[in-house]
Amino acid sequence: MWKLLKIELFKIFKRPRTYIAFGAVAAIVFLFQIGLKFDGKSYLDLILNNVSDSFEVSDDFKSRLLNGYFICFAILNILLIQMPLLVALIAGDSIAGEANMGTLRLSLTKPISRTDYMLVKFAASVIYTLILLLWLAVLALFGSMLIFGTNTLVVFRSEGIEMMNSFDVLWRYVAAFGYAAVALTTVSALAFLLSVFAENSIGPIIATMSIVIVLTILSEFNIPIYDKTVKPYLFTTHMVAWKGFFYVQADADNKTIDGTIQNLPAILRSMGILIAYIIGFVGTAIWIFKRKDILT
Amino acid sequence: MNAVIEVKHLTKDFKDVKAVNDLSFSVESGQVYGFLGQNGAGKSTTIRMLLTLIKPSSGDIEIFGMNLLKHRNEILRQVGAIIERPDLYKYLTALENLRIFAAMSGVKVSEKALMDQLAMVGLAERAHSKVKTYSQGMKQRLGIATALVHDPKLIILDEPTNGLDPQGIADIRNLILHLSKEMNKTLLISSHLLSEMELIADSMIIIDKGKKVVEGKVNELFDPAETVVELKTTDDAATYEKLQQSALKNMVQGKRNDCILLKLHRDEIPAVMKELVQMDIEVLSFYSKHSLEDYFLSLTAHPHVETLKN
Repeated sequence: MWKLLKIELFKIFKRPRTYIAFGAVAAIVFLFQIGLKFDGKSYLDLILNNVSDSFEVSDDFKSRLLNGYFICFAILNILLIQMPLLVALIAGDSIAGEANMGTLRLSLTKPISRTDYMLVKFAASVIYTLILLLWLAVLALFGSMLIFGTNTLVVFRSEGIEMMNSFDVLWRYVAAFGYAAVALTTVSALAFLLSVFAENSIGPIIATMSIVIVLTILSEFNIPIYDKTVKPYLFTTHMVAWKGFFYVQADADNKTIDGTIQNLPAILRSMGILIAYIIGFVGTAIWIFKRKDILT
Repeated sequence: MNAVIEVKHLTKDFKDVKAVNDLSFSVESGQVYGFLGQNGAGKSTTIRMLLTLIKPSSGDIEIFGMNLLKHRNEILRQVGAIIERPDLYKYLTALENLRIFAAMSGVKVSEKALMDQLAMVGLAERAHSKVKTYSQGMKQRLGIATALVHDPKLIILDEPTNGLDPQGIADIRNLILHLSKEMNKTLLISSHLLSEMELIADSMIIIDKGKKVVEGKVNELFDPAETVVELKTTDDAATYEKLQQSALKNMVQGKRNDCILLKLHRDEIPAVMKELVQMDIEVLSFYSKHSLEDYFLSLTAHPHVETLKN
């Protein structure tokens, strides 16, 4: 299995198209960082405009706000919505791309079971997803820390603001990136499943994005009847739960308690649901693929 | 000789279409076995079933004496194949492709052995070129190298000379003969170039509409002294009726296009001509055909010649 996995990774990273996603992530992060480096104050004014009615915002507070942690949080807010497309580029191509090239039939005449073949293919797309996330972490977190330094992280919510001391932030990002890996793997698993049905990779990629967009819109619907009947069952509802790592418990004096998470069970429940989706998508893909006649 | 491939009552249905219908044949060790049939006859479907790409609706396949579905990996470790086109990873070099497929075949092959393999198919100098820069002929040869890289006992080649120029075809023919005669490999080859098959195959099967039409050794099936004659007359329908009532009725194979097909020994031609004149049949043309291709066409061109006696 390890030998097969090495072959898959070799094939993925030998393709020029693999690096499109890395280039796209780098471009977005750099553009965001450059923009904030030169005009961060205007960006902050825009954000603080919404909360300035609730409390006084001093200049000192503003200067401490624009730091690497805050910028990384802003980048993640934007990018983790777009990342599924980049992940689907590889996962959607994994089986359909081989069928399109004609290499699927040659590969399946080798002494490898179809289950192993599928597991290796999926593992390779998960590794690609993890490397892409690592790339994002390096650029968005460590890059921003380098450019803007570190300070207290302030997260704005509709219910108020969350403040975390500088020393209490890094582990939250590690957890958030870990969660994002599971969320993106869910999208990867969906694209992988759709890839089994297609003979070129465009179909699964577009289908994956369409499903993610439609379900994300459904997850955001403010219609009470959907809150308990539909939303809890959509994987897109649970993909944004990474933000929970930045919601902190407060004591009786309304002071944040370092090292705490407001609702860890909810995050773990969401993660469990995503993992169930991954198992469901990949299991279905393998079940179908094992029974499929290879006619390409 | 031992049967390397034993196919029994193989059938494959695609919804309403019976692509392969109760097909049985066997390939003996060391043979070059020709698999013939027109487009859509069921050749590729059968080959895909032999390689587990398609699941049979019914029937059994044994390779090396083992049931294919039960011992799939054990069997495929000893099989090399090209199916239809030698599609490879175009963005990788020949050497990288070969290395990948060797590893997938479960064998560790040294770099020197890989280069030797490329040299055998005449691609050593282009080992480090990306496959997308290759001509069709070079891709075909690289495809054969990937089929041979793990030194299989059985080689299955589906249309191996497709898209090749005459020199390329001759090279593949020589390679197949080398593999068979010098290296004692068993080869199952499907091709529409029947003249090529005539030069390399020991035995063959002809299938039509998924069914076996004929199977046997090439030299027995195709007697050079036997011939198929295309007879054209002023009134083919009447001639056909007359022939059915005559002493020539056993020679009549059927009608095709604008002619009547007769199968006879070359020595019988003068007597047949004489008989036609005596029967007052006005002959427009009497064309004797005797290549394997003609024989193949005579068997598969029309449904009613399936009743041909061999």
